[in-house]
Amino acid sequence: MDESRRCFLKTAGASIVGMGVGASAVTALADALGDTPYLGAKTAKRWAMVIDTRSCAETKGCTKCMDACHRVHNVPTIEDPRHEVKWIWKEPFRHAFPSMFEGTHGYEDRVQPLDWLKDRDVMVLCNHCDNPPCVRVCPTQATWKREDGIVMMDMHRCIGCRFCVVGCPYGSRSFNWKDPFGKPGSEERKNAKLDPSFPTRTKGVVEKCNFCAERLAKGMMPACVETCAKEGPGSLTFGDLADSESEVAAILKQAYTIRRKAALGTSPHIFYVV
Amino acid sequence: MYNGGKIIAGIVIFIVLVTFPIWFSFSNESLGKKPEPKKPVGYEHCVEDTAYMKAFHMDLLNNWRDSVVRDGKGLYHSKAFKGETYPMSLSDTTVQSCMTCHSNKADFCDQCHNYVGVTPYCWDCHVEPKGNQ
Repeated sequence: MDESRRCFLKTAGASIVGMGVGASAVTALADALGDTPYLGAKTAKRWAMVIDTRSCAETKGCTKCMDACHRVHNVPTIEDPRHEVKWIWKEPFRHAFPSMFEGTHGYEDRVQPLDWLKDRDVMVLCNHCDNPPCVRVCPTQATWKREDGIVMMDMHRCIGCRFCVVGCPYGSRSFNWKDPFGKPGSEERKNAKLDPSFPTRTKGVVEKCNFCAERLAKGMMPACVETCAKEGPGSLTFGDLADSESEVAAILKQAYTIRRKAALGTSPHIFYVV
Repeated sequence: MYNGGKIIAGIVIFIVLVTFPIWFSFSNESLGKKPEPKKPVGYEHCVEDTAYMKAFHMDLLNNWRDSVVRDGKGLYHSKAFKGETYPMSLSDTTVQSCMTCHSNKADFCDQCHNYVGVTPYCWDCHVEPKGNQ
């Protein structure tokens, strides 16, 4: 009895001392290492998204994910299709998956008989490929693949050469042909409704979906996913593909999913449930 | 001296033109004025000490940009003030960014930038705080 109490006191004492030393060591180490991520930042080995086109198509006319994304990222609404800027948008199935009806896709035997599918609207966005052609062609490394799979854009570095726009087989990249909200310092710009938490862009840079890297860093889910879950049918699922316990992995296990233009070898990481 | 009048007149005109920047600045109201950036009220210090911020804020901001955009980091560990961390952001309104304290660009940034005639392109994309309008 005595001995066990002694043991307990010893261990407790050592733990308290250890915790104190540990905590100060962690602070000192962090200061020495320099910048650190936010506490509570969302991290993954491989981010991926699953889009359930069934429930998405059922809610006709819903544009909530697009609106949310374009609002938080200050994406302008430009009527002229030659100048428009898009991060996430709707495309008829036959446009999103063109090769599927031409017999070059690999799983057309399962999809081709589904003729009614052709006209279903599906959400399309940057596919955050494993082997992104846009990154290969970028001469300034303004776009690159992060270790967690996100294909990022550094607007500060973009020189507007548009190689990536041509390189991307999904049309996911938009070029700013003009200042999206008027010239800097102009009245138009001052009166523009902008979300001050995210920068806008200038004429001459390319932009695209960034999987809400800035929101993940602050511990939030991507804007489209969050909005679809709260206000829409919940068709968008986002998570760590490398984690077999994750929500995306669970859907991939039980549902039949396809990817856009998989035969090109870019290994896109947006999965569509059809 | 041949054409003396013309030569002397020419020299006078030449001197007047060459010294234009000097006498023009005398006639300018801005002479002798020093920039007066307004410091935010109610804060003791910036992320580093004032001397460092005055001299190297542009380097600090460049490092922050690279750290956030390219390395996905978020928190800066102050070197002058040990143990203090700050979100690395110029204008993000959801965290304590530069513009949270320095909430008026015209009263702070522009003061010195206009004085020395530099036009950083931060605000071409980043959204100015509403304190400006």
